[in-house]
Amino acid sequence: MGATSKIPHDAIDDPDLTQDPALPPVALDPAIHEAEEAHWTPVKIAIWVAIALLGGLSWVMLAVVRGETVNAIWFVFAAICTYLIGYRFYSNYIQKHLLRPDDRRATPAEYKADGKDYAATDRRVLFGHHFAAIAGAGPLVGPVLAAQMGYLPGTIWIIVGVVFAGAVQDYLVLFFSMRRGGRSLGQMARDELGRVGGTAALLATLTIMVIIVAILALVVVNALAESAWGVFSVGMTIPIALFMGCYLRFFRPGKVTEISIIGFVLLIAAIVGGGAIAGTEWGAAMFHIDKLPLAIGIIVYGFIAAILPVWLLLAPRDYLSTFMKIGTIGMLAVAIIIVRPEITVPAVTDFATSGAGPVVSGTLFPFLFVTIACGALSGFHALIASGTTPKLIEKERQTRFIGYGGMLMESFVAIMALVAALSIDQGIYYAMNASPALTGGTVQGAVAFVNGLGLTGVNLTPDMLTQTALNVGEESIVSRTGGAPTLSVGLANIMQQVAGGSGMMAFWYHFAIMFEALFILTAVDAGTRVARFMLQDSLGNFFPKFKDTSWRTGAWLTTGIMVAAWGAVLVMGVTDPLGGINTLFPLFGIANQLLAAIALAVCMAIVAKRGLFKYLWIVALPLSFAAVVTITASILKIFSTVPSVGYFAQNAAFSNALADGETSFGTATSVEAMEAVVRNTMVQGILSIIFVTLAVIVIFTALQATWNAWRTHSNATNEDLAVPSRIFAPAGLKATPAEKATQALWDARPSTGKRKTREH
Amino acid sequence: MGVATAVRSAAAGLAWYVKGVMGEDAYDKYRAHHESVHGTDAAAPAMTEQEFWRDQADRQDTNPQGRCC
Repeated sequence: MGATSKIPHDAIDDPDLTQDPALPPVALDPAIHEAEEAHWTPVKIAIWVAIALLGGLSWVMLAVVRGETVNAIWFVFAAICTYLIGYRFYSNYIQKHLLRPDDRRATPAEYKADGKDYAATDRRVLFGHHFAAIAGAGPLVGPVLAAQMGYLPGTIWIIVGVVFAGAVQDYLVLFFSMRRGGRSLGQMARDELGRVGGTAALLATLTIMVIIVAILALVVVNALAESAWGVFSVGMTIPIALFMGCYLRFFRPGKVTEISIIGFVLLIAAIVGGGAIAGTEWGAAMFHIDKLPLAIGIIVYGFIAAILPVWLLLAPRDYLSTFMKIGTIGMLAVAIIIVRPEITVPAVTDFATSGAGPVVSGTLFPFLFVTIACGALSGFHALIASGTTPKLIEKERQTRFIGYGGMLMESFVAIMALVAALSIDQGIYYAMNASPALTGGTVQGAVAFVNGLGLTGVNLTPDMLTQTALNVGEESIVSRTGGAPTLSVGLANIMQQVAGGSGMMAFWYHFAIMFEALFILTAVDAGTRVARFMLQDSLGNFFPKFKDTSWRTGAWLTTGIMVAAWGAVLVMGVTDPLGGINTLFPLFGIANQLLAAIALAVCMAIVAKRGLFKYLWIVALPLSFAAVVTITASILKIFSTVPSVGYFAQNAAFSNALADGETSFGTATSVEAMEAVVRNTMVQGILSIIFVTLAVIVIFTALQATWNAWRTHSNATNEDLAVPSRIFAPAGLKATPAEKATQALWDARPSTGKRKTREH
Repeated sequence: MGVATAVRSAAAGLAWYVKGVMGEDAYDKYRAHHESVHGTDAAAPAMTEQEFWRDQADRQDTNPQGRCC
């Protein structure tokens, strides 16, 4: 072993980590890792200098050089180079000083191994698993909406935010949960923050979940309403998933890849068939559904899906979604590199400072940082990083690759979504994303509105809108808000240049819509289920019978409550005379970032209790940023006197108009519409108050715990007891020479107890 | 020979990876774990493949995992 000072913290706490002498080393001496890192060969130096120079050049091209256009490839290079540097240096710093993983300790997958929920999984496979679980529609939608502020603010926030905030949160939560046998965020909050903080965290998680599910559902409704093609092909995913579920249950259990390929082929057939059916008179009549009936359909579907057994609908659709996710994201990355679209959007638009953007209201600070949540910092990930993943990790040092690295991948997805949205014509972008209240939902209205915005270089003609609609196989693309249709137009535009030409645009558009709807419906089902179990657990404290999750009545009742809660918000968004997405999306972002603040607050308390104050800033930095952004955004939403920003200001404006006996006000054209605005803004305002209050309580209790730890020189921990490990595996994507040498010792052993690995 | 072997090994690697990410190797992992604990002890027989997947579905039913936005 190396010098004593190099031995991680825990070895000093627990001298009993001496390993079985009959085994080859289960861990490399930390000194060996450090020596490998500090060994700078000329080739290594040249590579890192090249990465730094290319990254620097890309940032200069994006931020400093002001040409007519900027090429999309600079976004890709700026992102990848920054990620590599952040991963190599910053996450390594966090590993070395803050988390101090110790591979001599067994992970829950080893000491709790049951071959089912706790099972050591190859790090590269687990990376794929974890990525599939965290990536969804969020990073695809937020950047599209934020594109109205110009390309630069969103790009900086996505790339810099992930390095210092998002990836740090995911890494920390994953590590701390792993050290606690895979405990959930809620349980960790209770352990670290006590009863008040823990309860507030649980309530916040539950309400935030409702909002997130509701707004995701709203995105789907907006993408599918009045689109016969979309409704048919997305609707077909239900019978396809049912078929896949039955195949796996009764015919060929466990043949997951096989049925996913069959499902994928059926899915493509559904997309192609959707075009043909939407082209027929009866098809167009049957599947052309308005927003409200569609929303009600999704609510009914959500309830049924959440009470059906998982093998029938949820699990097979999850397989399909994973398959599509990794395939499409890979395809898009390759296409962007091949096509390299030129981007004509200004670096920063006036909407960033005026806050008068038609897509989402509010100024750059704080609203950019809540509009782009997933991709830069996503609190929802804390629920995944403290769920399945920590129970599958093989070795402690792998948390960096999976937690930090996995989030970098999601950030890259957000950058690609941003590029796709930026690559379409600005006029079309605004016509698609301005609410029907502004465009009137007609081509003429949209043209008049967009050209009236006074944006330089934007000259929208009716022809452009009708031609694009025709190309993508839709009746109209005016006011198709929510981000998903815009992204789909962008993606179709890029993909048709690689494969198929403009004749294939309609296919690619509906492929992209399908891809997003699939994620969202899976998230809606899973979210409803998770929320139902959380509610049952909470109600169980008062009515013990609810704790029994197999009690059918209780399960149906709690599912009904959760569906009713998100359904109400969904209907509110769909019928909102002000447009829906533009008023509700900030609530989604605020909710997600508040969850991040809660997760980081729990992490801060843990770090403080370990006595690691010197490195507390690593957590305090993203925590204070998330707290300032979300609390400011909430306060503006609650107290702002600008009606388009403040919920209560809007409420007062409409209430006064009603009191004055007016029959139309702003974009509301009837008394009922005005009453709807009054009702909606009140609900949204109250939700804002609830979120911010709960988050402030959690942050306050975390600060209290931190202060107490400082005062008492705490060195306490709620970690599980350290158990010596009996397995070995490399830490990163590629095994280092020292790791390979150790792996060779393991591979040379007789095959008893040896697990299948693939090291090259 | 060289190229054919390389292609075969790459295809096997890809199949291994896809199956891993999709979770298809869950039963193999369970069997490996079961054997390492119980050996071939007849008193503690391993679940059959069908039993295992049904049991997995039941576990997912009672312990749902979120999917992110």
